[in-house]
Amino acid sequence: MIFDSYSLLNCAILTPLAFAVIVCCLRPTSAAAIRWLSILGSLLTGVLSVMIYTRFNSSDAGFQMVQKITWVAPLDLSWHVGVDGISVVMILLTGLVGFAATLVAWDVTKRQKEFYVLLMIILSGAMGMFASLDIFFIYFFHELALIPTFLMIGIWGSGQREYAAMKMTLYLSAGALVALFGLIALYVGLPADERTFDVVKLVAFAKGQPFSAGFQHLVYPLLLFGLGALVSLVPLHTWAPIGYGCAPTATAMLHAGVLKKFGLYALLRIVLPVLPSGAEDWNWLLLALLLGNIVYGGLVAMRQKNFNYLLGYSSVAHMGFAFLGIATFTYLGITGTVLLMFAHGLSAALAFALSGFFFAQTGTREMSELGGLCKRMPFIGTAIVMAGFASIGLPGFANFPSEVMVLFGAWQVKAWGVKVGGATLSWPVIVAIWGGAVLGAVYMLRAVRDVCFGVLPAKWQQLSDANFPAKLPYVVLLGALIWAGVYPRELVDTIKPAAIAVVEAMEKTKAREPLPPKPKPVQAKRAVKPAK
Amino acid sequence: MNLSLLKLEIATAGLAMLVLMLDVFTRRDDKRFLGAISAAGLTAILAWSFWGGMVEGAGFHGMWINDALALFFKRLFLIATILVTVMSVGFAGKIESGVGEFFALILFACTGMMLTASVSDFVMLFVALELVTVSFYILTSFLRRQVASLEAGVKYLILGALSSAFLVYGITFIYGATNTTSFAGLAEFLSAKGATGLVLLGVLLVLAGLGFKVASVPFQIWVPDVYQGAPSPVTAFLAVGSKAAGFALLLRLLYGGLLPMKATWVALIAVLAAVTILYGNLAAIPQKNIKRLLGYSSISHAGFLLLGVAAATAFGTGAVLFYLFAYVFTTLGAFLVIVCLAHATADDEIASYAGLARRSPLLAAAMTVALVSLAGVPPMAGFFAKFLVLSAVIGQQLWWLAAVGAVGVVASLYYYLGVVKAMYWQEPRDEGAIAVSLPMKATLWCVMGATLLIGVYQGPFVAWAFDVAGRFMK
Repeated sequence: MIFDSYSLLNCAILTPLAFAVIVCCLRPTSAAAIRWLSILGSLLTGVLSVMIYTRFNSSDAGFQMVQKITWVAPLDLSWHVGVDGISVVMILLTGLVGFAATLVAWDVTKRQKEFYVLLMIILSGAMGMFASLDIFFIYFFHELALIPTFLMIGIWGSGQREYAAMKMTLYLSAGALVALFGLIALYVGLPADERTFDVVKLVAFAKGQPFSAGFQHLVYPLLLFGLGALVSLVPLHTWAPIGYGCAPTATAMLHAGVLKKFGLYALLRIVLPVLPSGAEDWNWLLLALLLGNIVYGGLVAMRQKNFNYLLGYSSVAHMGFAFLGIATFTYLGITGTVLLMFAHGLSAALAFALSGFFFAQTGTREMSELGGLCKRMPFIGTAIVMAGFASIGLPGFANFPSEVMVLFGAWQVKAWGVKVGGATLSWPVIVAIWGGAVLGAVYMLRAVRDVCFGVLPAKWQQLSDANFPAKLPYVVLLGALIWAGVYPRELVDTIKPAAIAVVEAMEKTKAREPLPPKPKPVQAKRAVKPAK
Repeated sequence: MNLSLLKLEIATAGLAMLVLMLDVFTRRDDKRFLGAISAAGLTAILAWSFWGGMVEGAGFHGMWINDALALFFKRLFLIATILVTVMSVGFAGKIESGVGEFFALILFACTGMMLTASVSDFVMLFVALELVTVSFYILTSFLRRQVASLEAGVKYLILGALSSAFLVYGITFIYGATNTTSFAGLAEFLSAKGATGLVLLGVLLVLAGLGFKVASVPFQIWVPDVYQGAPSPVTAFLAVGSKAAGFALLLRLLYGGLLPMKATWVALIAVLAAVTILYGNLAAIPQKNIKRLLGYSSISHAGFLLLGVAAATAFGTGAVLFYLFAYVFTTLGAFLVIVCLAHATADDEIASYAGLARRSPLLAAAMTVALVSLAGVPPMAGFFAKFLVLSAVIGQQLWWLAAVGAVGVVASLYYYLGVVKAMYWQEPRDEGAIAVSLPMKATLWCVMGATLLIGVYQGPFVAWAFDVAGRFMK
C-alpha cells in the first residue's frame, strides 16, 4: 500500500519533486493552475509530515520507518531513510514552514512558474536531508535545497540581491565543502573493508571501535567550522543578515526556518555520536564562538535599522543558544536544542513572512520610515507583536521551554561541576548568556515598537490588512508555536529518547586512549652546578 | 597478427574513408547528410562494441593491448564523437567549404583516440597521438576566413609540434638508455636498475608531451586562445576527446612502464594537480568569453582528474574514469548550447547570454545543468565525480591536495554561477526567440538527461568504472 509507514518518508521527499515536474510542464501563462498545484503539493507534503509525526512511536528510541536500497554498492552508499525523535520533529517543521511559505508566495507574479518550481525543489531537498540516514544523501539533499536559493535571491530578491545571492551561496558552499571533507574523512577513517556512508552502521562501528583520539582531534574542527558556517556560527555569520535582507519572503522563510538548521542537525546526527572526544577537545572554542553569536550578534542586532537585517542578526544570536545546548553534551541541552530548532524555525519563518507582508505594500523595511502599522493592519500588527514575544522567549511560545531547557542543560553542567572539555562553564559565561537573552528582548521589543506602534506616517494611510486566505500561513505558524509552547511535553517526549541515544553513543565512542601529549620544547639545560 | 583486436579502429577508419568517398558524390547542399551517416556509423560501431564479442588480449609484438580499460576508453571516445558529430551537423552552416572533410577528420581523430587507449609501446604511443594531433591541426583552423580560427590553428600547430618534439626526444632517451620501446621493457629496466639519469630525463620529457595533451600546468598556455578561436564543435572535441586521450595514455604509461617508480611520479602528479587546479580556476574568474572561460575551466578539470591519478589507488583510477565519463556529457552539453547560439549571437561573449532564459528556456536550462555540473553541485554528474576524486585523495591522507581542491571548487562556483546569473537575471539585449532544430533539441535533452541520471543514479556507472579500474590495476 502506498501509505505503508516506511514509504511515507519517500512520499514526503518525492511529492514536492513530482509537483515541481508537473508545474514545470505547465504553460507560464496558466498562473492560477501553477499556483494552486504548488499549494496542493506543499499541502500534501505538510499532511505527509504530520502523518509521519503521528505515526512515529515516541517510546521507541531507534530509527523508525526505515527503508534501505543499495545505491552504489562498491562504496556501500545506499538510499537509506528513517526517522528518530530528532528528525521527525524537523520533518514536521519542514512540512509546516513549507506549506506556509508556498502560501506566502501567492503574490509573486514575476516569472511565477520558475519560482514555484524552485520552491518545490527546496522543499524536497529539505525533506530529504532530514529523512536520510546516509552521509552522501544527507549532503546531496542539502545542496539540492541550497542551489535554488541562489537563483531565487538573484531573480526575485530586493536591494543588493546579486551581491547577497553570490555571497550567501559562496559562504554556504564553502562551508558545506569543508564539512564534506570531514564526512569523507569519517568514511576513509574506517578500515578498508568496513567503509560505509551509512550513518547507523558508522555509529554502530564506532561504538565497538572508536576513532582514535588524534583522528577525532583532527576531523572535528573541519566539521564544526564547515557545519558552523551553515548555521551562521560567528565569525562565519555575515552571509545571514544580508542574505535574508535581500531574499524574497518565501525563500527567507524556508532558509531561516528550515535549511539553516541543517548544520545543527548534522552535528547531532553524525558528528557528536562518532567524534565525542574531538568535541570535548574543541569545546572551549565552540563555547567562545557561540558566546560571540549570543553577545556580539545581539549587540549588532541592536544597531540595525532594517527590519530584515535585524531578524537576520537575531537569528544569528538564537543560533548561539542552539549551539549552547549542543555544547553541554547532556540530553537535557540536546533536547532543548532540537526544540529550539523547531521553535526558532517557526518564529523566524513567521517573522520573515510578516515583514514580507508589509514590505509588499510599503516597499521599505527601514524601521524609521515605518510605525503605527497596528492601526491599519490590526491582524498583521498583532502577529508581529506575537512573533516578537516568541523570539524573546516569553512563556506560551515554543521558544520559552526550549531556551529554558538549553539554559538548564548549561546550568546542570555547571552545578555538578562537569567539565566541558577543558573548560568548566563558569559564572562569567552564564552571565554573558543571560545578558544575551536580555539583549534579545531589548532589540526585539524596540523593533516591535518602531514598526507596530507610534504615529502612523501619512503616506501609509492606505495600507490594508490581510484578508482571510492571506491570514492562513500566519495562523498555521502561530498555532504551531503556541501548541508547542503551551504543551511542550508532546515534543519533548518525542525528542528525548533520541537525545539520550546521542549522549549514550557519545559515552561509547570516546577515544579509548588519550591524545598523545605534545612533545615539549627541549629547554636549554643550564649548566649543572657542581654539588658543593 | 590478430586483426580482430583492432576491429573497432578498422571500422572507424573505414567509416572515415567511406565519408570521404561519399563526399565526392554529394551535392553541395546535402553535405550535412554526411554527418548523419558518420553519426549513424559510429552508433553502429558503439553497439558492435557491446554485442560484437570483443576480444581481450595483447598483440602485435607487445605494442597493443586490448583490455577492460581500453574498451572503456574506446566506448567513451565513440560516445563523445557521436555527440560532436551531431553538434557539427548543427554547425555545418558556418563552414564555407569542405564539410565532408570536416566529418572525415573528426572520424580520423576518433580513430587516433581509440588507438591511444590500447597503447603499450612508445612507438605506438607516438603514432596514435600524432593521428589525433594532426587531425586537430586542420580542424582548429577550419574556418579559413576567420582570423581567430587561423590564429588558433597556428598556435595549436606550433605548440603541438613542440610537444610532439618533446615526446620524441624523450622517447629516444628512453630507448637509448633501456634499448627497448615497450612499456613492459621499461618497467623491467626500472625495477632492475632504478631510474638512472637519462631514463629520468626521457620520462620527464614524455610526461611533458602528455601534459600538453591533457592541458595541465605548465603546458596549458595554448588552451585559451585555441579554445576561443577554433570552431565550437572542434573546441568541444578538444576539451573532451583530446583530454581523455591524454589521460588514457597517462594511465597506460604510469601504471605500465613507470609502475616501479610510482613513489616519484605520485609526488610529481600531486604537485601538478594542485598547480593546475589553482591556475585554471583562478584564471577563469575574469573571463568574458564563454569559450575562453570553458578553456580555463577545462584546465582546472585536468587538475581534478590528476587528483585521482595522484591518489594512485584503484579507487583513484576508478574515480578518474567516472569523472571522464561524467565530464563528456557535461562539457558537450555546454558546447551544444554554444553551437545552438552560434547563429543567434555574433560572438561568444558572456554578455550576449544575458536574458537567455527569456529567449530560449531550453538552452538556458541546458547550459545551467552543464555549468552546475561542471561546478560540482548535486544532483548533477559532476558532483559525484568530484566527490570520488576528493575521496580518493583524502583516502591517501593528502590533506593539502584536498584543500587545494576545495579552493578550486569554490572559485569555480563563482565564475560558473556568473554565467547562470547573466542568463537568468539580466535583461536580454534583444527579445527575439531563438529557434533550435529538432535534432539539436533531442540531443540537448539526451545530454541533460544523462548528466542528471549519472548524478542521481550513480550505482551502475560507478560499478562499471571501478570494475574496469580494478581489473586494470590488479
